[in-house]
Amino acid sequence: MSTTTKKTYWKGLAQLKNDPSYVKHADKEFVDMGVSEDPGHSRRDFLKMMGFSVAAASLAACEAPIRKAIPYVVKPVDADAGIPNYYASTYVNGGDYCSVVVKVRDGRPIKLDGNSLSSVTRGGTSAQVEASVLSLYDNFRLRGPRISDKPADWETLDKEVISKLEAVSTEGGQIRIVSNTILSPSTKATIEKFKAKYPTTVHVQYDPISYYGLLKANEESFGSAIIPSYDFSKAKVIVSLGADFLGTWLSPIEFAKAYGTTRAVSEEKRDMSRHYQFESNLSLTGANADYRSLMKPSQEGAVLAQIYNIVAGRSAADSGVAHVEKAAKELLANKGASLVVCSSNDKEVQVLVNEINNLLGSYGTTILTSLPVNFRQGNDEAMTAFIEDAKASKIGAVIFFNCNPVYDHPKGAELSGALKNTKLAVSTSYTPDETASASGYMAPDHHYLESWNDFEPKPNYYSLSQPAITPIFKTRQAQESFLVWAGEKEVEYYSVVSENWKNWFFSKQTSALDFQSFWDKCLYEGVYELPTEVTELPFTSHVDDALAKVSNGSKSASGFELVIYESYGIGNGSQANNPLLQELPDPITKATWDHYVTISQKDAREILKLDNDAEGNTKLISLTLGGSTIKLPALIQPGQTPGTIGVALGYGRAKVGAVAEGIGVNVYPWVASVNGSLNYNISSGLKVASTEDDFQLAQTQIHQTYMGRESVIQESVLSEFKENPAAGREYPKITNWDEKVDPASLSLWKGHEYKSHYWGMAIDLNTCNGCAACVVACNVENNVALVGKKEVINRREMHWLRIDRYYSSDANPEDYKAAEIASENPEVVFQPMMCQHCNNAPCETVCPVAATTHSTEGLNQMTYNRCIGTRYCANNCPYKVRRFNWFKYHDNQQFYHSNPAMNTDLGRMVLNPEVTVRSRGVMEKCSFCVQRIQTGKLTAKKERRPMKDGEVITACQAACSTGAIVFGDMNNPESHISKLLKIESDPKRPYGIDKKIGNPRAYRVLEDIGVKPNIFYLTKIKNRDEHKEHA
Amino acid sequence: MMNDRLSDLVKLLTLVLFVTTSFTSFAQEIPTDAVAISAGEALFNGNCKSCHRVKQKLVGPALAGVENRAPSIAWIIEWVKNPAKKIASGDEYANKIYNEYNKSQMTAFTSYTDAQILSILAYVKSDAEKVEVAPAAAQQTAGGGSAGVPSSYLNAIVGGMLLILLLMLVILGLIVSALKKYLNQKELSEDDQQVVNSPYTFATITRSSGFIFLVVFIVAAVGFKTTIDGLYSIGVQQDYQPKQPIAFSHKLHAGSYEIDCKYCHTGVLKGKQANIPSPNICMNCHTQIKQESPEIQKIYAAIGYDSKTASYTGKQKPIEWVRIHNLPDLAYFNHAQHVNVGGIECQTCHGPVQEMEVVKQYSLLTMGWCIDCHRKTDVNTKDNEYYNKLNELHLSAKKSKMKVEDIGGLECAKCHY
Repeated sequence: MSTTTKKTYWKGLAQLKNDPSYVKHADKEFVDMGVSEDPGHSRRDFLKMMGFSVAAASLAACEAPIRKAIPYVVKPVDADAGIPNYYASTYVNGGDYCSVVVKVRDGRPIKLDGNSLSSVTRGGTSAQVEASVLSLYDNFRLRGPRISDKPADWETLDKEVISKLEAVSTEGGQIRIVSNTILSPSTKATIEKFKAKYPTTVHVQYDPISYYGLLKANEESFGSAIIPSYDFSKAKVIVSLGADFLGTWLSPIEFAKAYGTTRAVSEEKRDMSRHYQFESNLSLTGANADYRSLMKPSQEGAVLAQIYNIVAGRSAADSGVAHVEKAAKELLANKGASLVVCSSNDKEVQVLVNEINNLLGSYGTTILTSLPVNFRQGNDEAMTAFIEDAKASKIGAVIFFNCNPVYDHPKGAELSGALKNTKLAVSTSYTPDETASASGYMAPDHHYLESWNDFEPKPNYYSLSQPAITPIFKTRQAQESFLVWAGEKEVEYYSVVSENWKNWFFSKQTSALDFQSFWDKCLYEGVYELPTEVTELPFTSHVDDALAKVSNGSKSASGFELVIYESYGIGNGSQANNPLLQELPDPITKATWDHYVTISQKDAREILKLDNDAEGNTKLISLTLGGSTIKLPALIQPGQTPGTIGVALGYGRAKVGAVAEGIGVNVYPWVASVNGSLNYNISSGLKVASTEDDFQLAQTQIHQTYMGRESVIQESVLSEFKENPAAGREYPKITNWDEKVDPASLSLWKGHEYKSHYWGMAIDLNTCNGCAACVVACNVENNVALVGKKEVINRREMHWLRIDRYYSSDANPEDYKAAEIASENPEVVFQPMMCQHCNNAPCETVCPVAATTHSTEGLNQMTYNRCIGTRYCANNCPYKVRRFNWFKYHDNQQFYHSNPAMNTDLGRMVLNPEVTVRSRGVMEKCSFCVQRIQTGKLTAKKERRPMKDGEVITACQAACSTGAIVFGDMNNPESHISKLLKIESDPKRPYGIDKKIGNPRAYRVLEDIGVKPNIFYLTKIKNRDEHKEHA
Repeated sequence: MMNDRLSDLVKLLTLVLFVTTSFTSFAQEIPTDAVAISAGEALFNGNCKSCHRVKQKLVGPALAGVENRAPSIAWIIEWVKNPAKKIASGDEYANKIYNEYNKSQMTAFTSYTDAQILSILAYVKSDAEKVEVAPAAAQQTAGGGSAGVPSSYLNAIVGGMLLILLLMLVILGLIVSALKKYLNQKELSEDDQQVVNSPYTFATITRSSGFIFLVVFIVAAVGFKTTIDGLYSIGVQQDYQPKQPIAFSHKLHAGSYEIDCKYCHTGVLKGKQANIPSPNICMNCHTQIKQESPEIQKIYAAIGYDSKTASYTGKQKPIEWVRIHNLPDLAYFNHAQHVNVGGIECQTCHGPVQEMEVVKQYSLLTMGWCIDCHRKTDVNTKDNEYYNKLNELHLSAKKSKMKVEDIGGLECAKCHY
């Protein structure tokens, strides 16, 4: 045993407290929730139905349906039935950016992967990016243009829009184009063309989640309203004040990748960054921090002032928040390799952050003002001015370019009313959202997977998007609409983009001889990158002013403070109608399909007198601010700062498809303007009251527990890891007849021999940040059914891969009573959990029909058509990773809302044809993406060569931005996984399963039960000086 | 569809690549070695055979003696790579054959290297010289075949023997009854009488419980077997032979004209689907051949071709063929694995398609049928490095050749996922 303190790990409060609601179901794989399936039927009905269905089945079996095979008339050269094509493209949603590769099967995009050629996102993706392929097949999409909510054709719409625009223009009336941040230079050029035709046009950009305060602060410090690039990979000490940079802040894919490199440790590299997080809500980033301190929004200024004063060597007043002094001293000690980020949208606060970073020498190393990012360009003042003008009837015409301010701007309701005053209101949104419905004209744009476009996320970093499918509906690219309305004839946006690239980039390069080859190379790679500037902008200090303003601003608030945050899954609300994201458990709360407020245990206990049980039963609480009251269910969240309440944006959409209908309330109207920018922290005026209304949340946190088994999470701290790379490891022993032995040495089985490949996986708990992109990627790749809120409550979610989120109690392990008190600020560990592909698989031995068997390559195979649904396997699975199809989730109207991908003709286009859609009554689980293994092997065989490492990549591995998941052939000594795990084969039995794992960090979950999984986890290491001090 | 410009460029690039690489070979003499001839044969069968024969005029001229007929070998190479260019250049010989063959343009084979074209010529030359030997060999094999006893004779002999046995049975019965009558007319002792009038008559036997049980058992067993067989045949569509929208004859194309299967079923080496050919492949020949046939007119209607003006109208309508081989969705099958990697002949599963006027499902296509083949078939490890290690390990442990089942060919997740 190492010196590691044995911690108590718990998934939810109910588990820690041993709540009766938890205990009741803890040992059950399948929980009977008292759901009566269909009480209206009698035994006679059953017999009648059975008789009928037997007769129908035998009749149907006699006559096979006639199936047609319809080949192309003229087959395109590079399109072969059954063989996927890949196209580089770009995902953009407002200012969110990701360079992607689209997998197209028989003309239909079915999967997205990151594009590793991009220097910005470097092959990373996020849950939202992975899920966006389903939004292409959203039933809520507009089928074509509409006028006054009646279907119209493009000619009529163009005629009317042009005549109204001309009428407004000749009168000298004002025209506005309103959009979110636009990353596309060609789009901006197109808008300029539109402006040239209608000179009174002004283009207003705003962002639902505003960064205007940051832009203004940088204007003050650098004379230019920019957002710099942050390079987390160079930071040894990272201090974040509320910025969820791994989840939602600014450019999380890019940051997660860079942050991951600083968190990776190994026997050879026993060093990692240290991360301090000061925040109110427990965010994904806070969960990954080494030191996380509870801070109220009103304390932000004081914390920053304290850090500044310590860094500047001045006397510092204590802010009353833990670890501030320690953080500041370490920042100072790591000058030039430290970084302070803050989520505040208050200009004064951000100016002070700039001052700190300047003193720390961060500019030019961890923060690059020479490489400003274009992700957020929204101007809150301009947007507010526009809404005021609209209300005052000063606006003649407005075009909403793929934005939805009626929903996602605090003054949306006012804007909606004011639109009646305008002569013309057009929306280019591809769904009839709130803004489109309030506008007379809907001129729907293509989905991004149907469009041509270019993007400039950072100066000199360009990328292209190209259509991966012919437009499904009668939509038209919005840029073409602008050009048509500007009076151009025969426009094709493709030629606009390529012409621009010819003029802008082709003319300035020398490597390609003709434009076509240059263009094709760019299109093939998806990105075009040029060397960037290295000159940093000069810094002007305004420190005294900033300090004074910030300390004035931070008054000690009384009563509850509200922290409004961006939902991790559905983002700012634009993705609300995507069921993949709605059913994705929030990384922290593990809640699905719901909108809730997070409150601390202390407040719940003492002020609101409420409790959550293990089944998510809670009560609504009412929040009142400035005369408006909302009621939302309360979710008691460990790690929530007492006195604060967290609530997510993105819910409460009024005009949204069937998926998100009626979920939550819209809290955008509560976002207030402070110092000219939108402020997401509300420090005063909030009244909170409990109600008697019951509510049940669908949380997955305590589903699938291990029934008190230990050694699931093995972790240590860096100081101990430096001494001993095996720190935190536990080596369970089991008792033989006379001695304690290694569980692996005792087995009834002879042990397999895998002569061909031996597939295995390693998951690094240190670089995994719990982002859950892998979960969505797995869903899309493997046609995993989405079951909806009711079935999640019944613990019937189908995810093959889940991310277990463990809190650890900081109580002294000897003090059993204290260990039961839930920590106010627990440490968090994430653990991706899927089928472990055990070599001695307990599921295989109990299947009465041999539907789950072992392959000669180490896979635990699941054969759906052999399965008769006894569920013995799931009951016998120690990892609780087998999922049972309680219903037929496809072609079943009952799941129309939650599972459109299997219930509508449009949605079905997203299904992966390589993977069977499972029917009712069969078990399913992670297959190690066996379809990808088969494809990889076939490619090698066709080319008559051995397989190469990296040829087979599982969907979860491909989605992982930080490279925490490594999959490969453990028989191949040159493979990444063999090297990572330092595998040594037994010379006597080179193809046997008992290979020596040389990496001291590698362990198998529940090693003591001897099932010998093929998935290895690498210990979690936190960069703390010591284990968390006991409370 | 998605990105025509890109694909066009890729094609252009490949063309440039091949043209440049082809300049690197200078050999202009027809090789005579067996390797080149067999390589040429494969190329000829795969690409030329649909229009050319060695000794027979088809869409294009018979190729025997072409190396002497044409202006030069270099000319042939240029012609094969781009006939249109050669004609357009005003070349005399090129225009002569162009006009001779109804101005039907030969497909350009831009991707061929000089060496490949020369190997085709090598094959043509060697095949043309083989002429004399072939008929004798054919006769020999025919003679060898007649030496065995045809199976129809066997059946007749067995039938005849059965008939004789039955007759003997009847005669014996008659003799017994005649003897009985005769003996009954005589005075016999009681013992003898008992023997003569034994109780075991036909009637007593048929009424005995043992006999009834036996009959019931046999009827039940046969009935049970028939039911089980019937149930097993549900969903099995062996001999399924639907009527197709166009009366395409494989017997004519694959049989009489010996067009390689892969010429039309282009996907068979690449991926899962073998591909039902798109009409543009038909048009490679049928712009010239059998224009008036009502069946060919259906192809023209599909692809939008006006045979009078020899131009495309742009009005296209896909052909809805009736699918014959329907594997259930739960089973994954990949043609490339079997045909490309395994080297299995199409006929192994699809039967003698070259003899079928209308194609039918030849094999059972049941799981048992698949498994049976996986048990019996050797893995095609020849020249495939993927199998090197596996084969080595297999041979070190066993003497028999490595079968598909030895490398996991019977595992569920080979076909079901």
